[in-house]
Amino acid sequence: MHCRPQPCHVQNLDALDRRLIDSYQRGLPVCPRPFARIAERLGAAEDEVIARLERLQARGVLSRVGPVFDHARAGASLLAAVAVPEAERDAFAELINAAPGVNHNYAREHDYNLWFVMTAPDASALDARLDTLEARLGVPILRLPMLESFHIDLAFPIPWAELERT
Amino acid sequence: MRSVTPLSLETAPSLDEPAAHRRLRALLERGLPLTSRPWQTLAEQAGLAEEEAMACAHRWQAEGLIKRLGLVVRHRRLGLEANAMVVWDVPDERVALVGRRLARETAVTLCYRRPRRLPDWPYNLFCMIHGARRERVLEELAAIVARLGLDDIAHRALFSTHAYRQCGARYAREEDA
Repeated sequence: MHCRPQPCHVQNLDALDRRLIDSYQRGLPVCPRPFARIAERLGAAEDEVIARLERLQARGVLSRVGPVFDHARAGASLLAAVAVPEAERDAFAELINAAPGVNHNYAREHDYNLWFVMTAPDASALDARLDTLEARLGVPILRLPMLESFHIDLAFPIPWAELERT
Repeated sequence: MRSVTPLSLETAPSLDEPAAHRRLRALLERGLPLTSRPWQTLAEQAGLAEEEAMACAHRWQAEGLIKRLGLVVRHRRLGLEANAMVVWDVPDERVALVGRRLARETAVTLCYRRPRRLPDWPYNLFCMIHGARRERVLEELAAIVARLGLDDIAHRALFSTHAYRQCGARYAREEDA
């Protein structure tokens, strides 16, 4: 799965789309008909809410409607980085993406120029996946497991007005 | 340089969890089906009753396994193009306090302590700052440094220049998916 970079212009998202995003990045009701309950609160119809969510998902604005699991409890994962020649970065990134368990693979401005998250069902599988990938890449992988989380998962407020100006 | 075992693995899900619950979790990682009765659909696929599937979701939320349930936004697609991973080299005795304060900043979306890997990597605290543009993120960072009195702490903002993959985490074993 490759991520397409082109943005979805926020001008194409109307008030209902924005209210859905602003109100339900967390707190989606767990009940038999959650979209009907959301629709009721937003003064829309259930069909309409479902259609909006489908469209937002199809446009890639939403990766999904669902849970964000606690990384630490849902399995093993760690943040990893490699330093590779800038000219060969795309090729290295492709090798990383091809490895099982990789999500979030970004180029960043640093000698360690590729950063990714490796996941696995448990700690030994995680080490095995990293060892295999390290052998394939031929460069050492910086392994940075999370030791402590200070993070309170407040959904990031979307600065709509600022995005409209850009 | 080998990885250390994350402390957090001690709280990994227990192995005696019923298979149907593990199947439900694997299905949930891909998101709710956008249908009128999403829990009914998931429950059928996992081999559970609808009420049982909802009870699992409630319990996982209460236990903190599910941090939040809702719309998972791809910020880049909305034009929030700038995203900096800000890394800090905080003296060990201050790291917990600084971490807690950073986490309370609204611009900060993640805040974790990680190991240093000397001599290559001296930074032990990581946070993410998102924004529409690089300058906004840097302004935000400068404001945070001033507000929290962090001028004396070495830090760097690693902006991302390309997303090769931006997806939600999937942890389930293949056989559960």
